[in-house]
Amino acid sequence: MDYGFTTAAYVVAAVLFILSLGGLSGQESAKRAVWYGIVGMALAVLATLAGPGSGLWPLSVLLVLAGGVIGWIVAQRVQMTEMPQLVAAMHSLVGLAAVFVGFNAHFELGRVLPMDEAAREALTGFAAVLAHKSPVEVNILRIELFLGVFIGAVTFTGSVIAFGKLAGRVTSKAEKLPGGHVLNAGAAALSAICLVWYFNTGGFLPLVLMTLAALFIGYHLIMGIGGADMPVVVSMLNSYSGWAAAAIGFSLSNDLLIVVGALVGSSGAILSYIMCKAMNRSFISVILGGFGNTTGPAMEIAGEQIAIDAEGVAAALNDADSVIIVPGYGMAVAQAQQSVAELTRKLRAKGKEVRFGIHPVAGRLPGHMNVLLAEAKVPYDIVLEMDEINDDFPSTDVAIVIGSNDIVNPAAQEDPNSPIAGMPVLEVWKAKQVFVSKRGQGTGYSGIENPLFYKENTRMFYGDAKKSVDSLLPMLD
Amino acid sequence: MKIGAPKEIFEGENRVAMTPDSALQLQKLGHECFIEAGAGAKAGFSDAAYEAAGVKVLKTAAAVFKEVDVVAKVRPPTEAETKRLGTGQTLISFFYPAQNKELLELANKQGATVVAMDMVPRISRAQKMDALSSMANIAGYRAVIEAGSNFGRFFTGQVTAAGKVPPAKVLIIGAGVAGLAAIGTSTSLGAITYAFDVRPEVAEQIESMGAEFVYLDFAEQTQDGAATGGYAAPSSPEFREAQLKKFRELAPEMDIVISTALIPGRDAPVLWTKDMVEAMKPGSVIVDLAAERGGNCELTVKDEKIVTPNGVTIVGYTDFPSRMAAQASTLYSTNIRHMMTDLTPAKDGVVNHNMEDDVIRGATVTHAGAITFPPPPPKIQAIAAQKPKEKAKELTPEERRAAEVAAFKAQTRSQVTLLGVGGALILLAGLFAPASFMQHFIVFVLAVFVGFQVIWNVSHSLHTPLMAVTNAISSIIILGALLQIGSGSFLVILLAALSVFMAGINIFGGFMVTRRMLAMFQKS
Repeated sequence: MDYGFTTAAYVVAAVLFILSLGGLSGQESAKRAVWYGIVGMALAVLATLAGPGSGLWPLSVLLVLAGGVIGWIVAQRVQMTEMPQLVAAMHSLVGLAAVFVGFNAHFELGRVLPMDEAAREALTGFAAVLAHKSPVEVNILRIELFLGVFIGAVTFTGSVIAFGKLAGRVTSKAEKLPGGHVLNAGAAALSAICLVWYFNTGGFLPLVLMTLAALFIGYHLIMGIGGADMPVVVSMLNSYSGWAAAAIGFSLSNDLLIVVGALVGSSGAILSYIMCKAMNRSFISVILGGFGNTTGPAMEIAGEQIAIDAEGVAAALNDADSVIIVPGYGMAVAQAQQSVAELTRKLRAKGKEVRFGIHPVAGRLPGHMNVLLAEAKVPYDIVLEMDEINDDFPSTDVAIVIGSNDIVNPAAQEDPNSPIAGMPVLEVWKAKQVFVSKRGQGTGYSGIENPLFYKENTRMFYGDAKKSVDSLLPMLD
Repeated sequence: MKIGAPKEIFEGENRVAMTPDSALQLQKLGHECFIEAGAGAKAGFSDAAYEAAGVKVLKTAAAVFKEVDVVAKVRPPTEAETKRLGTGQTLISFFYPAQNKELLELANKQGATVVAMDMVPRISRAQKMDALSSMANIAGYRAVIEAGSNFGRFFTGQVTAAGKVPPAKVLIIGAGVAGLAAIGTSTSLGAITYAFDVRPEVAEQIESMGAEFVYLDFAEQTQDGAATGGYAAPSSPEFREAQLKKFRELAPEMDIVISTALIPGRDAPVLWTKDMVEAMKPGSVIVDLAAERGGNCELTVKDEKIVTPNGVTIVGYTDFPSRMAAQASTLYSTNIRHMMTDLTPAKDGVVNHNMEDDVIRGATVTHAGAITFPPPPPKIQAIAAQKPKEKAKELTPEERRAAEVAAFKAQTRSQVTLLGVGGALILLAGLFAPASFMQHFIVFVLAVFVGFQVIWNVSHSLHTPLMAVTNAISSIIILGALLQIGSGSFLVILLAALSVFMAGINIFGGFMVTRRMLAMFQKS
C-alpha cells in the first residue's frame, strides 16, 4: 500500500506545528497560532486513521473522542492558578503513552522476527513495517524503542511527582532518599546494563527492569528538587516528553513523530535554559536539587521589619504618581490577581502610572504571573519583564511586592556569600517606598533571609495578599 | 533630673530655650521643668501657659541656676551666668567654643558640663538637634520678608489696569540651609530667583527649589562639600575673581540680593563690593545674613539698616531668628528636647552623658573637669562622598568597527566549530548506521534546529501558553499508538488503546487550556 497521501498530510501538519510555535512570539499572533496547532493535529490524526493506522479505526475514533471529552471538561474547569499542576499532569500522560507504545513495538518485533518470508509478506500495518527491516535496522530499532521507553518512564513518574508538588499533595521541599544521587546514578547504570543486555538478546526482562529503574529515577529526581525550581522542572519534563516522542518516532519510522518530538524537545530545552539563566544557575545544579553550598556566612542583617497598616499604604498610593507592582507566587496562592487588577484599574483611573514587573521565574511555571494577570484582565502592555523595568525603579514612587521574596532579594547583588548571589533580581529597593505584602515573617522558597524587608524605605504589609489588597480598595479616593 | 531655662539677658534677644510644648515632652522623659518668670514673654509664651504645662515658674534667674541640674539657654552665657554654674551642672546652649575660649575655660573651672548646640555634628541622625539649621531656616525666610518690607515694589510680576509691574529679581548668594530657605520663600512670593554657590553639587537643590543656578564657567577642580562636612571651603583667588566678575554683571539687574555665604571658623568672604552696590538701581535691597562675621557686602554695618547715597538699602541685622521669636523658640526648644532625649536613653529622668556617642561627644565642649573641644572627627562619615560619575567611554568609529569585527569573528569561529563538530558526529553516525536511519536522522536534526530557531522568538509572557501548546503537540505520540492498534495481539491492542485514550485527553485538554489562556491576553 502506498501512503503518499499520508506523507503529504504529515508535511502540511509539520509546517503547521512549526507555525504554531513560531506564532507565539506575540500575544495577537498567538491566538492564530493555536488554531494552526489544532488543525495540524487534526490533520495528522485523520491522515493516520485514513492511511497506515486504519486498523480498528472505529475503536480509535471512539477512544480519541472519549479522551477528548474528558480533556475538554478538565480544561474548562481548571482554575488559572492550577495551571502548573494541569500541565504537569498532562505531561505524565504523554510519558506513559510513550512507554506503552514502546512496549508495543517490542511485542510486535518479537512476533514478527520468527516469521518466515511468506508470513511476513502477509502482514499489514505496523507489523509490515517491522517485517521489512534488515538485522542492522532491527538493532537500531531496539536502541530507539529502549530510549523511548526510558525517557517516557522518567517523564511519567517525574510529572506525577511534579504534579503532586505543585498541587500541594507532596511536600514541596527537596527530599532525597538516603544515598541521594548515588541511587539515581545506580538506576541509570542499571538501565545502561539493560540496554546492552536488551541489544544483544531482545528479551523482555531487561526492558521491564529498565522501565522500573527509569520510573524510580523520575520519582527520585523530581522529589529532590525544591518548589522554587518547579518552572525549570516543568519545562524540562516538557522537553523530555518531546524527546520520548522523537525516539518512538524513530522506532516506528514515522517522520512526523520525529519532527514534532524534536520541536517539543528543543523548545522545552530552551525554556529550561532561559529559566536557569534567569536564576543565574546552571541546569545541572537545578537538576541535582537544592542550592549549592555557600562559601561563607551570610551577611548580617541589621535593622527590623517595620509593619504598616492599610491606611498607610493607601495614603502613599494616593500620593504616588508612579507605581510598580511585583507579583510572586504568593499572589497566585492567595488568588489575589482579581484584587490586584482592581487596584490597578483604580490607580490608572486616577491617572497614575501603574506597571507590573515580572521576574522570569516568578511563580511555579514559566510566565505564570503573566497568565494570572491576563486572567484578571490586566492589559499586557503594562506588564513588563525584569530587564525592561529594572532601570525605572529609582524614578518610581511606590513599589508593591505581592507575595514574592527571592526575586526581590537584594542579597543577590550585595552579599557574595548568599546562596542566590549573582541571580538577577528586580531592584525594588531603589524605589522611593516599598510595600511588601506578605503572610508572615518567614523566608522564601530558598529559605534565606531577605534584607529588603529590613531596608529603611520598606514597610511590611502583613496578611493574606487578597485580603490586604481588598482592604486597600475602598481607601483609594 | 531638673531642667530649667532662665530669661535671655542678651540685648534684644526674644527667644527662649523652653516652650510649654517642649516642657511636656521633657516631662515624658522623666525630667522636672523649671523656668524663670517672664522668660517666654517676648516669644509669646506666658507664665500661666508654662504652669499649665506643669512647669515650675521661679522668680529669678539665680533661683533657676540654683535649683536645676541642666540649664537650657539660647545665647552663649555671659561671664556672670557662667560663674553661677556649679560642679556637675550641665549647660545646653549655643556656645561657639572656638570664639569663646575664655568662657570655655571658665566653665571648665566651674566644673560644669557644656553641650554646645552649635557643635552638633552634621550627620543624618543628629539633624533633629541641628539648631544651626533650624535657626538658619528662619533667618533665610525672614531675610526675604525683611527685604520685601524695605523694597518698594511687588515681588511678583502683574499686569493690572493701572499698568504692568515687572517681577522682582532676587539673587541669593550661598545655598546653605538659609540660602535654600530664602530661595523657597522668594520663589513662592513670585520673584525671579537666581542663586549662586561655590559647591556645584548644590545646583540640583537650587533648581529643585525653583531658582536658577548661576553657572560659573571655571575650569578649577570643583569643591566637594562632603570633605568639609557639607560646608563651603575657601576658594582660590582666581576663582574669587571669576565669581566677582559674574556678580558685577548681575548687579545692575538685581532688585534684591540676599547673601548667606559663610565659611566655618572664618570671617565672611566679601562677595558684594562697593562698586557692585553703586551699580545697583535705587530702591534695591541687600540683606546680609553674614553681617555677624563682617558681612558679605563691603558696606554692611552690623546690626543696622543703612541706605547708601544711591538709594540702596543694606540690612545688616544679626538677630533674624529672634525677630521671629515664637517660631524660633518652638524649633530651638524642640532641638534641645531631642538632645535631652539622646542624653536620657532610658527615659527615666537620669542623664547618661555617653561620650562614646558621636553626636553627644561632638557637641560636648567641656565635661567632667576637662575641655573636650575640639572633638575628634565623627566615626561615621557625615555625608556620602560624591561618587565620580563614570562616563561610558565614547568609542571612536574605528574602535567600534574593530569591536564589531572582533565580535563577528568570534561568533563565526564558535559557529563554525559547532557546525564542524556536529557535522563530524553525523558523518561518524552515517558510517555505521544504515541509510534508512540516516533519513530519519536528518529529519530529526533539522527539526531540532527549527525548534531552536523558532522558540528563541517566543515572548517571555507567553511561556506558559507555549508549554501548554507544546504539551498538546507532544500528544502526537498518538500516531504511534494508532499505527499499532490495528496490528497484533490483544496485549498490543490494549496498550495502544490506552495510549490513544490518554493522548486524546491531552490533545483536547492542551489546546483548550491554551486557547483559554490566550483569550485572556488583551491590550489596554
